[in-house]
Amino acid sequence: MSNYETVFILNPVLSENQIEEAVKKYESLLESKKCKIVHKEDWGLKKLAFTIQNKNSGFYHLLEFEGNGEVINDLEVEFRRDERVMRFLTVKLDVHAKEWADKRKKRIQSKVKA
Amino acid sequence: MSKIDEQSSGKKEGEIRYLTPLNIDTNTKKKYCRFKRSGIKYIDYKDPDFLFKFVNEQGKILPRRLTGTSLKYQRKVSVAIKRARHLALMPYVGDLLK
Repeated sequence: MSNYETVFILNPVLSENQIEEAVKKYESLLESKKCKIVHKEDWGLKKLAFTIQNKNSGFYHLLEFEGNGEVINDLEVEFRRDERVMRFLTVKLDVHAKEWADKRKKRIQSKVKA
Repeated sequence: MSKIDEQSSGKKEGEIRYLTPLNIDTNTKKKYCRFKRSGIKYIDYKDPDFLFKFVNEQGKILPRRLTGTSLKYQRKVSVAIKRARHLALMPYVGDLLK
């Protein structure tokens, strides 16, 4: 079991419901593969640094999860098949990265409270 | 009082002015690795504002000899920048970024 983090960009033409549905789809996919979702983040609509598929913006979502390495392949295949996903990146978190991610979570939580 | 003393104190110009060192500050500030100094262990690709410190105006990664980063962390910086580029958080090519 190791920690992974994945960021994906959803098409900006989607409605709110469609986005929620897409994010839920990946969450349930991970959960069905016995992964534990540690953290999720919604960065909202962000401007892209360059155009992707003739779009200038996209909805960024981040999922941090714990699971076996074989899951990544299935997840990425789903990303590739899905037209709603414009880009994705999955990264394995090493010790230092995990530390940083935990710190980041705490910072976000304290911001929400304040 | 000899001529040399006068010259070194900058009072008078004379024949042997080039034998005495000119009054120019040649001490350049020593570069250092900011990650080592401040104890940063992981460079986050999700933070483009920080990574913009390591690219030039065109979005190219700056060499170690300019930033002073140690080799260990330069590798991590370059990986982080490349990841940020893939996610369109940073441009591959740009103009007048700064």
